[in-house]
Amino acid sequence: MSAIILFSAVSIAQLMLAAAMAIASLRMFRGPRAQDRIIGLDTLYINAMLLLVTFGIGTGRVIYFEAALVMGMLGFVATVALAKFLMRGEVIE
Amino acid sequence: MMQSAADMPVWAAIAVAFFLLIGSGLALIGAIGFLRLPTFYERIHAPTLGTSWGIGGVMLASMIFFTVSSGRPVFHELLIGIFVTVTTPITFMLLARAALHRDRAEGNGNVPDKPNRSQPAGEDLGESDPRKG
Repeated sequence: MSAIILFSAVSIAQLMLAAAMAIASLRMFRGPRAQDRIIGLDTLYINAMLLLVTFGIGTGRVIYFEAALVMGMLGFVATVALAKFLMRGEVIE
Repeated sequence: MMQSAADMPVWAAIAVAFFLLIGSGLALIGAIGFLRLPTFYERIHAPTLGTSWGIGGVMLASMIFFTVSSGRPVFHELLIGIFVTVTTPITFMLLARAALHRDRAEGNGNVPDKPNRSQPAGEDLGESDPRKG
């Protein structure tokens, strides 16, 4: 019983997060200006991180948590560097 | 999956499924709003739905699942939750300032003008010259 509940919930959550990633990448390709593309990339990172944690719940392994942590940190640094580039024209002054 | 999930009590499975569906549903709603809202300054609000309760729901589900399935308290998902909650306002505020700076520099309409202050320029990040370091 609980296996069926967990399996269906994990499947639906994976479908929803994959749809959110597809929408974010659509905005990243279509976005009218550079800041829209950067926010699309940030949303893509966040949703991929949630999808990895959901994979971890589905398989019962803890190793996906570390991949999600690394992904969150890299996403933050990448978005801050891109925003700084938009603001100043260079990243490290 | 089924080896560790089959001997799980039903209340824990229902709680994990509930928080997982709340988190991923809010992430999806945030992405749809991010696609549909018309201007950039409205669009920047939508993905925060996924970074607040989207992260919170999925991390709560993961914490409940691993706590029940391994039989000891597991709290390391709090690390991701706190990190994302702290860093998302920083990135979005930097991006909104960069967008405001670009719109002012190009003279696009619909953005407020520079505040006219008597203090020396460069006090506010949005009004400094990009050429000067």
